[in-house]
Amino acid sequence: MGESIVLEIARYSPERDAEPHLETYEVPLRKEWVVLDALNHIKDKIDGSLTYRWSCRMGICGSCGVMVNGEPKLGCATFLSSYAGRKRVRVEPLRYFPIVRDLVTELGDFLAKLKKVKPWLIRTDGPLLREGEYLQTPEQLDDYRQLSMCINCTLCYSACPVVGLDALFVGPAAIALAQRYNKDSRDRGAKERTLILAHPDGIWGCTFVGECTRVCPQHVDPAGAIQQYKVGSALAWFEGLIMPKKRRKTEDRHGAAAD
Amino acid sequence: MDVSDHDILLVGGGAAGLRAAIAAAEVHPKLSIAVVSKVYPMRSHTVSAEGGAAGVIKADDSLDEHAYDTISGGDWLCDQDAVEAFVKEAPLELVQLERWGCPWSREPDGHIAVRAFGGMKKKRTWFAADKTGFHMLHTLFQTTLKYEPIARYDEWFVTKLLVDDGRVLGVVAIELMSGRVQAITARAVVLCTGGCGRVFPFTTNANIKNGDGMALAYRAGAPLKDMEFVQYHPTGLPFTGILVTEAARAEGGYLLNKEGYRYLQDYNLGTPEPKPVLRSMELGPRDRLSQAFVKEEQKGRTLTTPYGSVVHLDLRHLGERTINLKLPFVRELCLKYQNLDPVKELIPVRPVVHYMMGGVSTDVDGCTPLPGLYAAGEVACVSINGANRLGSNSLAECLVFGRRAGRAAALFASEQRVHHRNALAQAHDEQKRLESQFLQKSGGRERVAAIREQMQATVEASAGIYREEPSLTRAAAKLRELQERAEDVSLDDHSHTFNTELQSALELGFMLDVAESIVECALHRSESRGAHQRTDYPARDDGNFLAHSLLFRNEDGSSRIAYMPVKITQWPPGERIYGRPQEPARETTAAVDQSRQDKQSLPARRAS
Amino acid sequence: MQQPTKVPHYTKYHPRWFRPRVSVYWWLGQWQYLRFILRELSSVFVALTVIMTLLELRAVVQGPVAYARFQHQLAKPGVILISLISLFFVLFHTITWFNLTPRAMAVKVAGKRIPEWLVAAPNYLIWIVVSGAISLLILRG
Repeated sequence: MGESIVLEIARYSPERDAEPHLETYEVPLRKEWVVLDALNHIKDKIDGSLTYRWSCRMGICGSCGVMVNGEPKLGCATFLSSYAGRKRVRVEPLRYFPIVRDLVTELGDFLAKLKKVKPWLIRTDGPLLREGEYLQTPEQLDDYRQLSMCINCTLCYSACPVVGLDALFVGPAAIALAQRYNKDSRDRGAKERTLILAHPDGIWGCTFVGECTRVCPQHVDPAGAIQQYKVGSALAWFEGLIMPKKRRKTEDRHGAAAD
Repeated sequence: MDVSDHDILLVGGGAAGLRAAIAAAEVHPKLSIAVVSKVYPMRSHTVSAEGGAAGVIKADDSLDEHAYDTISGGDWLCDQDAVEAFVKEAPLELVQLERWGCPWSREPDGHIAVRAFGGMKKKRTWFAADKTGFHMLHTLFQTTLKYEPIARYDEWFVTKLLVDDGRVLGVVAIELMSGRVQAITARAVVLCTGGCGRVFPFTTNANIKNGDGMALAYRAGAPLKDMEFVQYHPTGLPFTGILVTEAARAEGGYLLNKEGYRYLQDYNLGTPEPKPVLRSMELGPRDRLSQAFVKEEQKGRTLTTPYGSVVHLDLRHLGERTINLKLPFVRELCLKYQNLDPVKELIPVRPVVHYMMGGVSTDVDGCTPLPGLYAAGEVACVSINGANRLGSNSLAECLVFGRRAGRAAALFASEQRVHHRNALAQAHDEQKRLESQFLQKSGGRERVAAIREQMQATVEASAGIYREEPSLTRAAAKLRELQERAEDVSLDDHSHTFNTELQSALELGFMLDVAESIVECALHRSESRGAHQRTDYPARDDGNFLAHSLLFRNEDGSSRIAYMPVKITQWPPGERIYGRPQEPARETTAAVDQSRQDKQSLPARRAS
Repeated sequence: MQQPTKVPHYTKYHPRWFRPRVSVYWWLGQWQYLRFILRELSSVFVALTVIMTLLELRAVVQGPVAYARFQHQLAKPGVILISLISLFFVLFHTITWFNLTPRAMAVKVAGKRIPEWLVAAPNYLIWIVVSGAISLLILRG
């Protein structure tokens, strides 16, 4: 095998350290190895105390997000070989989150925000179960399909400076998820979600840096979802201003109005 | 030390656990329900399921056909009363999930679309492109958020079931973030911790699938059932073990050996047609396809790679459009992890450990023989999967039996009084054990990873696709040795904060118990059936083994095995026929008609 | 990571999270962030250009003398420099925002989302047409 690569990994233990520091490890550079394989190699063979999350190693569970050379990445989807030319690869915990230990971040705040946007199908007039499914054409499915791909890996939160600067900002993934339900033809909850979304901590907190979309491993495009919601929301407000009677109706189909 | 108390505790936050939680919440809104999971629920392994979930919905299909496919696919080891309940409730559960927002793929008119799947005679597999498990899990997780009575213990690792006087009263768990050990008591505990693929070296299973629930139940005194039946999926990517879904073959993919020949035609699986034919060739059941691979390898007709022999999966003739529409995840995974494009290139694949048919023995309501303990999903063995599970039955199983177990547990819990004598003392003892055995110990000579690797190699070599007595006997001895060596494990990490090494050491303990149970059951079943193929006993033996293996743990840690007859209702054992249309199957149908008339006497005789 | 404390205050079973501070210079760390800040900053120059145009209009209204004085002011090297910088930022502003329109508007025709460039194209088209019309008006006059 011969070739190797040096990893600089951020280590932090609340029991020993006041703040994180970097430690270096040399690991074999193998063609098919991803950053996660290197972490596993270190944990199994060099230092069993290295702490990180991982599970599916196929890019779908969303556990293993880390900063690799300053970029938010999934550890399981980032080949070591793509850094072969560099002297060192720096692996740090995802930015803008409190650090629990080494590469493990605290997700409580993220989960609370996710829940806040009511990410479930809101509808009360459904027929009985045995009467079968709601109908939804492939085109209607297409309206929200991409937004439903979010794996909650939180890379977008680490890419978003607003998240770093404003702790109350609901954030890209949560807004995109709300929009996923708003745009679902079966959902009737757009109005309920407006209270949280059309708010300075919601869509209006977003300054359209666009980094969330660039780093998203599932191509969800939260930035697009937020801007589309802004446009829809502004149009609805404007429409209400000039035609007050239509206002209620527009708000009801708020989500759909956003495209 | 703290104790927290709930009415119902779900251990595991995958499809089965979350479905059970909602079912429990709907029994009575006053019930206090908690989901304890070692990962955030949306990380659970359900997320990796690709192909789909089976449920009869189209006019040309029937519940009986789904049941027959399942039972013949399971080589007649399925309990037929459970299968009947399963096929009946599966479509309702899938509609329920649709109501909760699951983005199922659709027909142009807006109805649910279904696809073909291995071993299924009709198209009945619901799918959400090829990320079905992902969409199901996130839909369920997001739906649970609206149920206020459902509390969550995210990233809590259960180390032990609290048992008093033969009754399960809750769990002892570590809060990973703080390292705190705590008793969580409950009137009923439902295990939904998934399978144990990580006992093997090459698996599609996530790192979290360590058979935790199986070992927890086994140690608490509940029997494990049919642990010798381990499913290999025929198409995993070499090195990573990432699954290429069966949907790839259902959409028309070919399996080719190194000569580019569709070799399955040599293994009694039908004749090759350009278009996919149900229950034929590439759409045969997983056990038969994986076995065909080994035979092909023995003939020297596979390709050699640094990560073992492979054959090729060919999707090129499907075209870019179909691949992007129906199999986008397959393409994404190939591009990302194998650096090849299935639109233009052949995909190297080999059999990979995928699913555990066996598990904690339960009845049709998820009830185990231990009062207060329930199980559902892959951790459980009801059994609807018999000796070989059909693809797309397991996601539906999580829903149907998750709901049943959640409901049954809630009804049971409503009738029980609060009763947790001893809980605190047992949690104290567990905390002391963890401190002395791991955190404060120094001088141990073994590493977790080293023992784990040896265990995986041992199980693979003995309890792989083909098995025989001498290697199984050797494996049993080796696993015993590893159990002893695991006592001498020493950790690098003595911290209380998010100690993942401690977690791996405890998971290793669980996996060693599970590995021993697999080898033990495989050793005692001297016949070949479904996924259990003994080279020294190549034939099925209905006279002696139309029965479930039940493995019990003795006080001293040794085990004893017993057999429980399979429940037969309508479908007496027949030959498994694939690739040939119905001629011999017609005889079976006649036999079925006969048995339907005898239905009163037959189950009574067999299931005594 | 600039906390000077050396001795951690750890209480058993009570994890102490490390909360990294966001630096005031966060936007210098990455080109994408810097580009974003420049795009935001460009608004200042857009405003400046608008003010200049308004001043110019006022000078025109006040008569030839005032306009000549205004033109004289414009010819000063400092003002030329500012104008050049403004031109750069106004172009930067225009182009970046034009390119972002398809992201903010998912336009659908016959049930299918039309490609991004097609959403951005009308912006450029109108830009060219309007610029053409104005220059024609000025050059003719």
